[in-house]
Amino acid sequence: MPTNLTFDVSRRELLIGSASAALIAGLGGWSADAAPPQRDGSVRLTVNGEERTLELDNRTSLLDALREHMHLTGTKKGCDHGQCGACTVMVNGERINSCLTLAVMHDGDEVTTIEGLGTPDDPHAMQAAFVKHDGYQCGYCTPGQICSAVAMLDEIEAGMPSHVTPDLTARPQASEAEIKERMSGNICRCAAYPNILAAITEVEGARA
Amino acid sequence: MQFQKPAGPNPTDRQRVLGKPTPRIDGPAKTTGTATYAYEFNDVAPNLAYGYILGAGVAKGRITSMDVAAAKKSAGVLDVVTYKNAGEVKNSDFNTAPLLAGPDVTHYHQAVAMVVAETFEQARAAASLIKVGYQKADGAYELAERKDSASVPKDDADTRTGDYETAFANAPVKVDVTYTTPAHAHAMMEPHATIALWEDGNLTLWSANQMIEWGKQSVATALGLDPSKVRMISPYIGGGFGGKLFIRADAVLAAIGARLTGRPVKVALQRPLVFNNTVHRPATIQRITLGAGEEGKLLAIGHENWSGNLEGGDAEQSPAATRPSYAAANRLAVTKLAVLDLPEGNAMRAPGDAPGSMTIEAAMDELAHELGLDPIELRAINDTQVHPESGKPFSRRKLMDCYREGASRFGWSKRSMEPGKVRDGDEWVGMGVASAIRGAPVMTSAARVSLRGDGSVLVETDMTDIGTGSYTILGQTAAEMLGVPLERVEVRLGDSNFPVSAGSGGQWGATSSTSGVYAACNQLRTAIANAVGVDANAATFADGRVSAGGEAFDLTEAGALTETGEVTFGGRGDEHEYFTFGAHFVELGVNAYTAEIRLRRMLAVCDAGRIFNPTSAKNQVMGGMTMGAGAALLEELVVDPRYGFFANHDLAQYEVPVHADIPQQEVIFLDGEDPLASPMKGSGVGELGICGPSAAIANAVFNATGIRVRDYPITMEKLLPRMPTV
Repeated sequence: MPTNLTFDVSRRELLIGSASAALIAGLGGWSADAAPPQRDGSVRLTVNGEERTLELDNRTSLLDALREHMHLTGTKKGCDHGQCGACTVMVNGERINSCLTLAVMHDGDEVTTIEGLGTPDDPHAMQAAFVKHDGYQCGYCTPGQICSAVAMLDEIEAGMPSHVTPDLTARPQASEAEIKERMSGNICRCAAYPNILAAITEVEGARA
Repeated sequence: MQFQKPAGPNPTDRQRVLGKPTPRIDGPAKTTGTATYAYEFNDVAPNLAYGYILGAGVAKGRITSMDVAAAKKSAGVLDVVTYKNAGEVKNSDFNTAPLLAGPDVTHYHQAVAMVVAETFEQARAAASLIKVGYQKADGAYELAERKDSASVPKDDADTRTGDYETAFANAPVKVDVTYTTPAHAHAMMEPHATIALWEDGNLTLWSANQMIEWGKQSVATALGLDPSKVRMISPYIGGGFGGKLFIRADAVLAAIGARLTGRPVKVALQRPLVFNNTVHRPATIQRITLGAGEEGKLLAIGHENWSGNLEGGDAEQSPAATRPSYAAANRLAVTKLAVLDLPEGNAMRAPGDAPGSMTIEAAMDELAHELGLDPIELRAINDTQVHPESGKPFSRRKLMDCYREGASRFGWSKRSMEPGKVRDGDEWVGMGVASAIRGAPVMTSAARVSLRGDGSVLVETDMTDIGTGSYTILGQTAAEMLGVPLERVEVRLGDSNFPVSAGSGGQWGATSSTSGVYAACNQLRTAIANAVGVDANAATFADGRVSAGGEAFDLTEAGALTETGEVTFGGRGDEHEYFTFGAHFVELGVNAYTAEIRLRRMLAVCDAGRIFNPTSAKNQVMGGMTMGAGAALLEELVVDPRYGFFANHDLAQYEVPVHADIPQQEVIFLDGEDPLASPMKGSGVGELGICGPSAAIANAVFNATGIRVRDYPITMEKLLPRMPTV
């Protein structure tokens, strides 16, 4: 976008007025008459242990690459803006909002999704604990909660502090406050929060 | 079957499977990403195209020009749906605002166009190229400004008992307070989404919808189709809370886009569109008047409510929370509706009751303080076993038992009667209570239950599971009725090809749909008994066997049998009033320096007769408590009156509670049964949890600080100027 504009109307009025299209079209460097040309790229990913090569529109988020191109729909799209956490997956072992990153940025990366953690017949300990403790209702945030929880416990184990860590020089503990703080990027509108905490606490206890 | 008489002894009394805390049978699918939601049925066709909806940029007015040329030329674009090529889109009775604008625009972000393209990225890019010209019209967006124009809707006449005016005027102790509640968003995690597929004039929709039959009928009406041509499928729904009771733009535009392009089309509302494109809980202004004697006996109760909606929309029924609540001979309930040009207001979890309980239950706390009474004692003085308006007895009302149990468990006796007296570190600490009172409605509900040749059982009904636990309680019901383990029951839901159920809404789903399965199972028991040649009335079903008169047969010996049954409740309700009750307890701390509120403990003691699955029922109540905490402390759709829209239309700006906001929560159910309510001898609890917790929080804030905030949400800037001196 140009930087030398003088706005004599609010940006919103500019955008919604009936003459807005002409105004915007007149701004240098960007046209409202055509989208930026589509560019495709190739990306090689290892997803749940399986190597995949995809030809993708560069605008494709990692989330949509998983859901729409690999049909790994366990990873959910709740907001597409990094605000809800439903799309959480692990990239090279670290949790990430897959909606906030483009697939082509991950050439050579290892991605683990909910499908890679376990299956109904052979669930990961965290998946089993969510069932046991009823750590969900509608289930839509659940894969993100589980991926986030698995990676979050690794973060505590690796000594990464959080906003609520009382002593930055000591090793963080998997306390209730630490878990809740670190899981707060994963919204559950059904609000199974106490049950999710119980599930994570049980898995953490078994790891220790 | 018609449920007319109180339920007598029946096979559900055994409570071997029903009533036992049971992990959800859909849990393994939901936790492994193998549960399939509407947008995810990628296998139904090889050539799915993508829709991307453009929302209106004005709240009220007319489309004067619509240039889609650039969008249509954009890479990958198949077509652009607008009112010019969509054909007639009729509004069903379930929608107030048209789902596709044009030429008139009736609310902000109303759908004006949908691009259909080969990929999501192409559709989104092309949508940004559509040029829409508008003629803006003046609109009304602020309830406070339009309050005086509000009128009584035709279905919401005032209710009066006794002589309210005189009784209130003469009451020795009075509370006369006005509260406001802002508009709330459902903000369910799964945005509204649909895949539409046409085959030989038949339309199949995979659509996130709580009410399959309503959805099917609405789509048929919208598109001028015979309902038999429409199939709606919705096995998993990523939350609804009322926001998916009715079809939205995604369903209709996916169908139209698929018709225009000859391709199946998938559409999800992008999150920033959801808040203004769909529906919300309307804001309210509520005046509560309580007149009492010196000892606390209520003489007069008044509840007047103002809300706004689009022309033709419904009012928020906040007085519903007060009408069944407490005894008082003289009563007034008034509902007034103003016309606003905001997006459509509609049902959100416990409509009426939730915002109503935020005010009546706080005003009761104000009265208790005026009288110098414990707020639980005030409720006890005014408790009633008959509905204060109709005089009919409640089928079951254990409100004070809930309070007694809760007070004991919560340590209520430690509460300071005087506010602003308890300090713990940096925080003022307070406790609050409020009643949970919510109607227990029922709806006709059918199911098909099959005994398969291998002795396993299949339950099919168009009932939905929006996180409520329907799969599990319906499976439990069939397992109990037919004497098989839950693992031997398969439950299939959310398909309009299945018998029509009550659907999920209004706390009616659990009671009604289990009763429908009960009815079908009763018929199947008879069919099984007949097949093996034993007396159906004497037969016992247990451990995969049917036995009677000393004979026993494995269920496999009956062969494959199917029965479709239906429950209707036509005779229920004539002599009794049907409600569920509970008591909410909250302890919280308010930072003495910053006024930040941190919840410390929440407890709900609830009673709804038999609880079908305590595991999922507790979770439901906890979810309501948390949504109530959001309403008390965080949630507010902020109206931009210049442009007539909700400005905070995403999940970063519309704040819902997160893990760190929610403390330890406990939910207790009283033992007991309600044979008047249903053959299952219990009622649903899906909305009970959100009735009361917000007021309990407000009351705890008052107890902690001595500050009464009557404009929700209770945020720190409203407390800070009035905080106790430190």
